[in-house]
Amino acid sequence: MKLSSSRDSGTDWKRSRKTRRVLVGSLLAVFLAGVVFFALAWRPSIAPIARPVPASFPADLVAKGETLSALGHCAACHTAPGGQSFAGGYALHTPFGIIYGDNISPDPETGIGAWSPEAFTRAMREGVARDGSHLLPAFPYYAFTQLSDDDIKALYAYLMTRPAASNTVPANTIPAPLRIRALQEGWKILFFRSARFRPNPSKSAEWNRGAYLANALSDCSGCHTPRNVLGGEEGGHPYAGWLIEGWIAPALTDTNPSPVPWTQQELFTYLRTGVTPLHGATGSTMALAIRGALDLPVVPDSDVRAISLYFSEMDHASARANNGETATQEALASSSLGSVQERDPDADLYASACMSCHYNRAPTPLAARPELALNSSLSLPEPTNFIQVVLNGVSNTETDNNAEGAAGLVMPAYGWSLTNSEVARLAAYLRRTRTKLPPWNDLEKKVASIRREGPAYH
Amino acid sequence: MMTTFDLNGRTVSARSPEDTPLLWVIRDELGLTGTKFGCGIGFCGACTVHVEGRATRSCITPVGAVAGARVTTIEGLDPQGKQPLQTAWLEMQVPQCGYCQSGQIMQAATLLKDFPNPTDQDINAVMAGSVCRCMTYVRIRKAIKLAAAKMEGGGHE
Repeated sequence: MKLSSSRDSGTDWKRSRKTRRVLVGSLLAVFLAGVVFFALAWRPSIAPIARPVPASFPADLVAKGETLSALGHCAACHTAPGGQSFAGGYALHTPFGIIYGDNISPDPETGIGAWSPEAFTRAMREGVARDGSHLLPAFPYYAFTQLSDDDIKALYAYLMTRPAASNTVPANTIPAPLRIRALQEGWKILFFRSARFRPNPSKSAEWNRGAYLANALSDCSGCHTPRNVLGGEEGGHPYAGWLIEGWIAPALTDTNPSPVPWTQQELFTYLRTGVTPLHGATGSTMALAIRGALDLPVVPDSDVRAISLYFSEMDHASARANNGETATQEALASSSLGSVQERDPDADLYASACMSCHYNRAPTPLAARPELALNSSLSLPEPTNFIQVVLNGVSNTETDNNAEGAAGLVMPAYGWSLTNSEVARLAAYLRRTRTKLPPWNDLEKKVASIRREGPAYH
Repeated sequence: MMTTFDLNGRTVSARSPEDTPLLWVIRDELGLTGTKFGCGIGFCGACTVHVEGRATRSCITPVGAVAGARVTTIEGLDPQGKQPLQTAWLEMQVPQCGYCQSGQIMQAATLLKDFPNPTDQDINAVMAGSVCRCMTYVRIRKAIKLAAAKMEGGGHE
């Protein structure tokens, strides 16, 4: 028997009816939103085709595709270390988990052999697989969408004429709810606009070629533009630099801190060979964009010059070109610091462990003697790249692709022999004596953290 | 997993694990004891060998890093031991106990390759990391300059 008054129970009943309405209304709204969202996300499956006969593609189209594939370093993400080209299995470490590059060899079952040109084009322009599922934006369809029809056709011809590899790639390690592919539609609504490349009529043909290659094909922005927490590129900061797989991809704008400006010639030398004595050598995932990609003979010099011009203008290098010579001479003058007995124990550390290989003198740094005062890693806002190299060393004695550093040079892994405190002291010493930049903070903590994470790239 | 590389002109395969320091592979597995252990942390230079012709500290270089590469030890610097540095070393009677000397010579060889006419500053900078407990540094410097003069006059390497 209820003890409450009839008036109380009446109010309760009205409140609960209103609450119920709000509740039901909200659930309905969410349900309808969900229906609309998944309807937006749905894409039709495109019928599979019989694997195209390689001989059906004209040789010059395949050759063009080979060049484009090198420029776009497709093999880098779609080939596992030691694996067959394009057979997939390369592990890309992202903040969301490990994503394995797909098998894009023309195998009908495990690769893209059953993909029609329309299916391939849709994947490149919209990030949707043949079966209608969304592709993860680790695959830079948001860049490839800008490619011309002819270039996409050429890439299709090239890929379809590679040897087929039967290889099922491991599943990615993205946590469960984010793995639902339809959710990628949300990412696309927020961050993706499908559009062709539009040349800038006030710029030269060479610049426009460079802009097209960098933005539509090589996707330099993919590593060199900062990203937000959802993995989309931050608007308003193109090419401002980013941290990727434990290494800094430096800014390519005029905020790039290297003492020698990145002129077109410097960039060309670097992108063509992976090394320049006035800046340093390539490492980590950048090596994949150069070695076995931009450095292949099938890529014409003119294309690499075009990309170099595009970025040399972006960083206003020609306005600062005179600084390069001054910076070089200053670097060479400082190169022997520490070679005569000093009271500075950090200088002794450097002289004992490092100087025999890194010393240079006027008139010019030698290619086999990486000049630290000019090296990009010392001028970056964070010591990350410097610490990575000191801890893990660099080895380039094999003639295969993806090798870091300059050919024939081995730098030992000083992580074996130096404590975190010693690496921190070296970093501080070099920053202090070889650059005019403000000191790095929390060095020992950063060394410890990078050592704990291991050489992520390998 | 075997690591195959060229050692003094011969192809060798090391059975030691890939992260074994090259120094131990050279000395223990392959039996060439001219290269010495001094500190084990890359700070004294006694373990210096050449990898692809460049002075490298073998005590902190994992053997896996030299797969496919050309490695030269003091034994392989010259088939008859008559590299200009080696003859200069004899002429100037440089070694005292001799322990650091193979590392000194290997480092000096790279010095002369990069700076054929080295100044005192060049010698200080490139040789600073190669320590000698017997302090025969004065003779090391003289022998380097003597070898440089010989090589400029048409010696080999």
